[in-house]
Amino acid sequence: MSKNSVSPATRLPSGWDERYDVLVVGGGNAALCAAITARNAGSKVLVLEGAPKFYRGGNTRHTRNLRCAHDEANEVLTGPYSEDEFWDDLMRVTGGQTNEELARHTISESRELWDWMNEQGVRFQPPLGGTLSLGRTNAFFLGGGRAMLNALYLRAEKLGVDIVYDAMVTDLEIEDGHFNSATVEVDGTSHTIRAATLVTAAGGFEANIDWLKEYWGERAGNFLIRGTPYNKGSILRLLLDRGVEPVGDPTQCHAVAIDARSPQFDGGIVTRLDCVIFGVVVNNECVRFYDEGEDFWPKRYAIWGRLVADQPDQTAYIIIDSKAISLVMPSVYPAIEAGSIGELAGKLGLSAERLEATVADYNASVQPGDFDPNTLDDCHTEGLEPPKTHWARTIDEPPFYGYPVRPGITFTYLGTRVDKQARILMTDGKPSANMYAAGEIMAGNVLGKGYIAGIGMTIGAVFGRIAGREAAKHARN
Amino acid sequence: MHATDALAEADRQMTICNACRYCEGLCAVFPAMEKHRTFADGDLNYLANLCHSCGACYQDCQFSTPHEFAVDVPRTLAKVRNDSYKTYAWPGFLAGLFDRNGLAISIVAALGVAAFILGFIAFNDADQLFAVHQGEGAFYRLMPHNAMIILFGAAFAYAILALCMGCRAFWRDSNAVNAVIGDGRVSIWQAMKDASTLRYLDGGGVGCINEDERPTDNRRLYHHLTFYGFLLCFGATSMGTIYHYVFGWQAPYPWWDIPPMLGKVGGVGLVIGTVGLLAAKWRRDPALVDESKRGMDTAFLVMLFLTAATGLALHGLRSTPAMGMMLAIHLGVVFSLFLTMPYGKFVHGIYRFAALTRYAMSNRHGFAKPGASSSDS
Ligand SMILES: Cc1cc2nc3c(=O)[nH]c(=O)nc-3n(C[C@H](O)[C@H](O)[C@H](O)COP(=O)(O)OP(=O)(O)OC[C@H]3O[C@@H](n4cnc5c(N)ncnc54)[C@H](O)[C@@H]3O)c2cc1C
Ligand code: SF4
Ligand code: SF4
Repeated sequence: MSKNSVSPATRLPSGWDERYDVLVVGGGNAALCAAITARNAGSKVLVLEGAPKFYRGGNTRHTRNLRCAHDEANEVLTGPYSEDEFWDDLMRVTGGQTNEELARHTISESRELWDWMNEQGVRFQPPLGGTLSLGRTNAFFLGGGRAMLNALYLRAEKLGVDIVYDAMVTDLEIEDGHFNSATVEVDGTSHTIRAATLVTAAGGFEANIDWLKEYWGERAGNFLIRGTPYNKGSILRLLLDRGVEPVGDPTQCHAVAIDARSPQFDGGIVTRLDCVIFGVVVNNECVRFYDEGEDFWPKRYAIWGRLVADQPDQTAYIIIDSKAISLVMPSVYPAIEAGSIGELAGKLGLSAERLEATVADYNASVQPGDFDPNTLDDCHTEGLEPPKTHWARTIDEPPFYGYPVRPGITFTYLGTRVDKQARILMTDGKPSANMYAAGEIMAGNVLGKGYIAGIGMTIGAVFGRIAGREAAKHARN
Repeated sequence: MHATDALAEADRQMTICNACRYCEGLCAVFPAMEKHRTFADGDLNYLANLCHSCGACYQDCQFSTPHEFAVDVPRTLAKVRNDSYKTYAWPGFLAGLFDRNGLAISIVAALGVAAFILGFIAFNDADQLFAVHQGEGAFYRLMPHNAMIILFGAAFAYAILALCMGCRAFWRDSNAVNAVIGDGRVSIWQAMKDASTLRYLDGGGVGCINEDERPTDNRRLYHHLTFYGFLLCFGATSMGTIYHYVFGWQAPYPWWDIPPMLGKVGGVGLVIGTVGLLAAKWRRDPALVDESKRGMDTAFLVMLFLTAATGLALHGLRSTPAMGMMLAIHLGVVFSLFLTMPYGKFVHGIYRFAALTRYAMSNRHGFAKPGASSSDS
C-alpha cells in the first residue's frame, strides 16, 4: 500500500524452523500482551497472525476502551473505581454466571493494566466533555483500538518478537494435553512450527456463520458480524476437538441491534444506533415486541441483538420523529425520512396501515410527563403491551425517521476452560502442560452472559500477560 | 449538493467519523466535526484547514483502505484544503494560478530575476553589475533605494490585500452555517499559541506519521525551522527598513549587526527547514498526499529555499564581483515570492490560522454536540 513502509512480514523469519520458546497464535490485544510479556522474560517468541497486516489485531482494531479498577483519579480516569464496585458491575450483567476466582483475579490484575499499557507506548485520552460517561470506569485509547495495537506492535517489534502476517494456523499437534507443533499456511505453503509452549489468543468464532447456525439455526445467516472476518474459531475448534474442556454457553454472545445496511463483516463501531429509547421498535409485521424505555441505551444496548434475532427475518425498525433526531448520535447511514408515518412505512417496506395503527395506539397510551433524556424519567405509556416505561413521547412531529436494524454479533462466549495461570484445562480436569489461552477465546470463563463495556480488553490484557509470563516460565524450565 | 467531488467525499468520510469519534483526542478537526450533524461546503473547508496533515488518524483508523469504508481523512482533507485556496482566491480570475502553481511560480520567478538583472543594467551599465561594491550604500549603487522600496512596497501591499480578501471570504464561508459569537481577542491569542507551536501536528502526542506507521517529530521540527526562519528573515528586512528610515544607516551592515544576524540565522533555519520538509514530502506515504497538488507544495518550499539560499550567498559574496549578480537574483526571487504568495501554498498558514481562531471561538462559545452519548463497544 505504501511505497516505503516496512515490507509486511508475510514470510516466516529466517531461522523459524529452530524451536521457539513461545508460539502465540492470534494478533490482537491478548496475543500482543502475551508476546511482549514473554519476550520481556527472555523468551524467543513467534506471533502468527492469520490476517493480512492491515487487518492485524482482529476485533481489537474496533475497540475503544479498557475497564480497570483503580483507587484514585489519574490523567485519564476520574476515580476511584474499586475492585468491589467492578465486581458488583460484573455480577449485575452476568447474573452470577462467572467463575468467581477467575473474575476476581481479572479485576484485581486490571489495576496494573493502565500503567503497563502506558509503558508499552499505548496512549490514553484525557476525559473529554460529553462523550465519556465511562470516564470513571474505562480508560479510552487515544485514537482507538487500532492506535493501541500499533503501539503494541511497535513495542513487540522493537523487543525482537518475530511477527508473521497472513499466517493462518490450520492444525495443532497435541498429545495427551501436550502441545508439540503447529501447522501454519504462509504464502500458500504449510510449515510446521515447533515451540516449547503455545499461547492461543485467536479470538472467538463469531465470523463463522456455519458454526453460528449450529446453535441459532438458519437465521444466523441474517446476522451481521461487527468485527473481523478472521475470527472463525478455527483454533477453538481444534482445541475442543483435541480434548480441551469447553466453557460457556455457545448461544451466548454479545449481540446488539445495528443498522441493517451495515456490511456483513467488520462494520465496527459506526453501525450502532442509540435512538431506541426515544422511539418505538417494530418488527416487519409492525408489531412492537419489547419495552424500548426499559433503561438507558448503553445499559440495555446488548439485549436488542437477541430480541431482533427472534423477530421474523431477523429485522426490526426503529421509528422516531423530529423531536428525537437531535438527541441521538449522528449515524453512519442516514435515517430514512418521510413526511408521514404512512410514507415512512412505504419507504421501509412495511404496511402503511399497520404501522399507522401501531404508532396511533402507542401515541394514545402516552401519559403526560417531564421528558429528561438523562434520567429514568416519568414519561411512560398506560394500557399498552409491551409498555414503554420511560422517555415515552408521542411520535407525531414530522419529519419522521426510520432505521432498519439487524442483530450485530460482537463476540462469542464459548471458549476454552482455563485456570488462574491461564493454562488450558483438559476434559479430565487437568491443566495442559504447555498450552495457554487468553482473550476472547477464554472470555467465557469470566463472562457467562451479558457484557460490561471495556471488559473484553481487560480479560485479554490480564490473561495475555499471565499467559506470556507463565509460558516463558515453563519454556525456561 | 456539494460544489466538488472532493467535498462530497469529505462529507461521506466526516459522516463516518462523526458516528465513530475514536479520533476525537488527536487534533482539533474531530471535536470541531462533532459539532455538526451535516456538513456544508463552508464547514468542510473549515475542517480541512484545521487539519495539519499529521497522518495519525489515517494510521489509527480501522476503516482505511482496504476496508470498504475507505476512510483517509488526511488525504481527503488535503484535497479539500488545496481546493479551498482556489475557492477563496482574490481576485477570482487568478484562482486558476493554483492549478498550474509549480509552473506559474517558476515562470514568475524567472521573470522576476531577469527583470532585476535587466533593471540593474538599465540603472547602471553592464560593467557595474560585475564590479566590486563595498561599504555603506553599496546595494543602492546598483539600484536606488527608492526604486527598491516602490517595487517591493507595491508587491508586498498587493500580497497583503489579496491575502486579506481571501481570508475574509474563507472566514465568511466557514461562519455562514454556524455563526459564532465569542471573544475574538482571547480566541486569536489562543490561535496564535496553537499555530506557533503547531499544536496539532503531533499525532495526539507521539509525532507525525510520515513514511510508515512509526511516528516521528521531524515534520514539526522542519516546519518550525521554516516558519521561524522565515519570520527571522522578515525581521531582518524590517530592521533594515527601520535602520534606514529612523537612523539613516544604509545597508549593507557589518556582519555582526542585527539585520544580518537575523538574516543569517533565519536563512540557515529556512534552508534546513525547507530541505527537511522537501525530503519528508519525498518519503511521505502516498496514501496521505493529495498527489494532484503536490507541485504547489513543492514550488512554495523551493521558493522559500531559494530566497534563503540566495540571501546567504549574497551575504557571503558581497565583497566580490559576484555581489551585483547575487543581489539581482536574490531580489528577483524575493519579489516573485511576494507576488505569488496569495496564489500558492503560503496561504495555508493564513487559512489555518483563521480556522484555529474559529475553532477557539466555537470552543469558548460552547456548541452542544449532537448526540453526546457514550460510545462504547
Ligand atoms: C465493534 C466492536 C467494538 C468493541 N469495543 C470494545 C471496547 O471498547 N472495549 C472492550 O474491552 N472490548 C470491545 N470489544 C470487544 C473486543 O474487541 C474483544 O473482546 C477483544 O478484541 C478480544 O481480543 P483478542 O485478542 O482475544 O481477540 P482479537 O482482537 O479478535 O484477535 C484475534 C486474532 O486472532 C487471529 N486469528 C484468528 N484465527 C486465527 C488462526 N487460525 N491463526 C492465526 N491467527 C488467527 C485474528 O486474525 C485476530 O488477529 C469490541 C468489539 C467490537 C466488534
Ligand atoms: S478517522 Fe477512522 S477511526 Fe478516526 S474518527 Fe474517523 S472513522 Fe473513526
Ligand atoms: S491533523 Fe492529523 S489527526 Fe487531525 S485530521 Fe489532520 S491528519 Fe488527522
